[in-house]
Amino acid sequence: MKDFIIPDDRDMGTPARVGAPVTLEIDGIAVTVPAGTSVMRAAAEAGIQIPKLCATDSVEAFGSCRLCLVEIEGRRGTPASCTTPVAPGMVVNTGTSRLRKLRRGVMELYISDHPLDCLTCSANGDCELQDMAGAVGLRDVRYEAPENGGLANHFEARNTSGEANPAWMPKDDSNPYFSYDPSKCIVCSRCVRACEEVQGTFALTIEGRGFDSRVSAGGAGDDFLGSDCVSCGACVQACPTATLQEKSIIEMGTPDRSVVTTCAYCGVGCSFKAEMNGDQLVRMTPYKHGKANSGHSCVKGRFAYGYAHHKDRILSPMIRERISDPWREVSWEEALSFAASRLRGLQAEYGQKSIGVITSSRCTNEETYLVQKLARAVFGNNNTDTCARVCHSPTGYGLGQTFGTSAGTQDFASVDHADVVIVIGANPTDGHPVFASRLKKRLRAGAKLIVIDPRRIDLVKSPHVEASHHLPLRPGTNVAVVSAMAHVIVTEGLMNEDFIRTRCDWDEFQHYAEFISDPRHSPEATAMLTGVDPEELRAAARLYATGGNGAIYYGLGVTEHSQGSTTVMGIANLAMLTGNIGRPGVGVNPLRGQNNVQGACDMGSFPHELPGYRHVKGAEVRSIYESLWGVEIDPEPGLRIPNMLDAAVDGSFKGLYCQGEDILQSDPDTKHVAAGLAAMECVIVHDLFLNETANYAHVFLPGSTFLEKDGTFTNAERRINRVRRVIPPRNGYADWEITQMLANAMGANWSYAHPAQIMEEIALTTPSFAGVDYALLEEKGSVQWPCNAEHPEGTPLMHVDGFMRGQGRFIITEYVPTDEKTGPRFPLLLTTGRILSQYNVGAQTRRTDNVVWHEEDLLEIHPHDAEVRGVAEGDWVRLASRSGETTLRATLTDRVSPGVVYTTFHHPDTQANVITTDFSDWATNCPEYKVTAVQVSLSNGPSEWQEDYAEQAALARRILPAAE
Amino acid sequence: MSPEKMVHMANQIATFFKSQPGDDQADKVARHLLDFWEPRMRDQLRDYIAAGGKGLDTLVIKAARQIG
Repeated sequence: MKDFIIPDDRDMGTPARVGAPVTLEIDGIAVTVPAGTSVMRAAAEAGIQIPKLCATDSVEAFGSCRLCLVEIEGRRGTPASCTTPVAPGMVVNTGTSRLRKLRRGVMELYISDHPLDCLTCSANGDCELQDMAGAVGLRDVRYEAPENGGLANHFEARNTSGEANPAWMPKDDSNPYFSYDPSKCIVCSRCVRACEEVQGTFALTIEGRGFDSRVSAGGAGDDFLGSDCVSCGACVQACPTATLQEKSIIEMGTPDRSVVTTCAYCGVGCSFKAEMNGDQLVRMTPYKHGKANSGHSCVKGRFAYGYAHHKDRILSPMIRERISDPWREVSWEEALSFAASRLRGLQAEYGQKSIGVITSSRCTNEETYLVQKLARAVFGNNNTDTCARVCHSPTGYGLGQTFGTSAGTQDFASVDHADVVIVIGANPTDGHPVFASRLKKRLRAGAKLIVIDPRRIDLVKSPHVEASHHLPLRPGTNVAVVSAMAHVIVTEGLMNEDFIRTRCDWDEFQHYAEFISDPRHSPEATAMLTGVDPEELRAAARLYATGGNGAIYYGLGVTEHSQGSTTVMGIANLAMLTGNIGRPGVGVNPLRGQNNVQGACDMGSFPHELPGYRHVKGAEVRSIYESLWGVEIDPEPGLRIPNMLDAAVDGSFKGLYCQGEDILQSDPDTKHVAAGLAAMECVIVHDLFLNETANYAHVFLPGSTFLEKDGTFTNAERRINRVRRVIPPRNGYADWEITQMLANAMGANWSYAHPAQIMEEIALTTPSFAGVDYALLEEKGSVQWPCNAEHPEGTPLMHVDGFMRGQGRFIITEYVPTDEKTGPRFPLLLTTGRILSQYNVGAQTRRTDNVVWHEEDLLEIHPHDAEVRGVAEGDWVRLASRSGETTLRATLTDRVSPGVVYTTFHHPDTQANVITTDFSDWATNCPEYKVTAVQVSLSNGPSEWQEDYAEQAALARRILPAAE
Repeated sequence: MSPEKMVHMANQIATFFKSQPGDDQADKVARHLLDFWEPRMRDQLRDYIAAGGKGLDTLVIKAARQIG
């Protein structure tokens, strides 16, 4: 496999521009660049690096350091090249003796207020100040402090007579991942601008004027941790000196090489450079040519990778006869033959369909493909499912029915062209932070925002971003709200009839128009049940329909409902009604939860479909695999995760191979999940840690992290990104190798030597992946499916000239109230979500310093609801539903409406899913996590369930010392 | 699965397809069950109907006749 060639990674000084070509001459070299480009960037394009300090290509030019001065023929003075745009015929000189002298003078002033401890400085070798001192030929600093003191500086704690220097500030080490050393700051403002322009948080500012200017996080008295800083790392990335520096670099030294790979957290799928020093990973930095993130990152991908080396990581296979026994470490061979003979034994005793698999949305496409192949080709059944069941399965069903394909329609860059953005049931600043930064940038540039969410999420109002409309609906009424918007659009004649006539099924539209025009769908008629102000809703619908390019982004607040699939169809209806499909800036965009949820779905993880969303009932599709694999494929759908658990309790499902998922913590109605797992006779958990599900496992196969293997992840924009091995698997094998060994122990004869070969098989059998191979990914960096003969370079935008299914289908979306209703016993509605610093069940992030931001799950409750229950801030409360009860601490906030409470599910001690019920989406069985009727009352401590659970978990996690 | 849960799930499907235009709702329910319900779930449904089918939407009962 040839090495990936890193494209030009130089800092071009200022951002790229789009515009008509302009030709100019720089140091005698003719260069052509788009209009609006700076002279600095044009010079960089010509291979000329003009010295600079305050400019970097991730933020707009600022013109403060005066180091990048140039001379332009016919113009007076020495303008800054970063802030001077190119002009046709311009003749620029960048290195005259006058300029050299001026630059040396500027550098001399900078260095006069900077410590000269370069050799021991953490940025040694990676410091732009050092580089520039060298570049301008600085040899002497004439500004010396007089012997009796009196020349102020910022870097000496005490002056020569031993008195404290009032201008010196100590290091701020409050953030766990980076330090701020004010003594090394040159006040270039790159960090402040990165926080504003790239991240959009506005946590940093320059305090004071002139010599007193200092970078400050938040107000007086705030440190970085206590400020609004979200630890995205953009400021650290932008800092030219050691002022903002990763602590890992301070501890381990600077990297000597890097490998481009893909983050394994959320569905944004950011590209990172894993920077290595020898065999040690010293830093992850966002990769600026990564198309999903364009050089930005969040606290998880940038910093929270330490779990790979956490002491809890299990590195040896383990087995046990019964789940009440302690674990016994064994060889791979013993573990796999134990697992294989148990699974085969179960099939012999209980039938071919008595075992199944759960593929992982955190593992690679290649690994997922092999796990479903294990079920289909080796187990001989379709009992395969994936955690998308519990998050975006309604997206698959709903968009499949309406548009003909189970995926988002746009790439992330599309948002740069949106005029009106609807965010519904998603919290991008926490769940998809790097996309949120892109979205906020567009909103600051003037796009309008509509938020449909029971909670006042941060996007509703945050610095320089404010939603035009927030519709705080009652949990469970999504369909009513989306339909009311469609009602307004249709009855007020705001639809795009031309689009509907040419692109959609006109007959079905007639049915739909008649249905949706009925006054019972009007905002006024539904306000009583949705709780949404009808005037606000009407205004929001008008804005979406008439405000230009309208884009809808949605998350699990849409899907995880009894009517999840219906809401997805309703969203598709809105986009078709307004013609917001098939061009940049519009579309229907599911924000995927886990890094490879899209890929796991694409790879045939669902029990009813083979890779590429093709139903198993199709004989033609089955024959592709039957001839390749030499087996017969079952034409009947297999069991979905909740069905597996039901069948286990009923006694007909006995064995499970679960890769990289923690269903006991993540799936609803924990008691039911536990009962299902306990009823199985062979549970194989393949994971990094002894997760909660492993408490019920008989075989534990240690997994590898994304740093330890090759493969691909597919993000929410259908982008297939390479994952590259950075360090060898600490457990000995990549996960695809382990699945292959298990398959072979069961009699298969697989012989994949590299994930590239698995991708070859995927491409061979799946039309939408036909053109994908590793060579193309090396060349392009990434590619969006469909990628085949028709779309050899992939498909950034879908449904451009027509829907994948031909004509778009309007589907009637009748609102059906969920049966999960509040009443006297359970008068409040619980809805769940996540926060920025933690990821999913927290298995990874809880094992990093991210816990400083979120050490426990809290219950958000409105002050009115708290007051009538005597609950004060920080009190322990009992949270009970018809399924179970748990305890956690309360926090009082009006982000939630009265009658609604909210919590996260990142911590197993809280077990928020003890509360959630077994109600699910009508079409897909996606659990209704987002609506549970609950009661909240004061509590003294853990519930009985929590105590029993903790006891069982402690017993189940015992490991016998390895045999001699 | 518990009969209550099965009845609830089947009725949810029927409720959706009842809202759709046309006169082939039972076919659509049957198709959905065939496409997404594993055979032992369909067996359970048929057995339950044979035992009286208490609580099931009539559309489910009609559809169940078409699922093998």
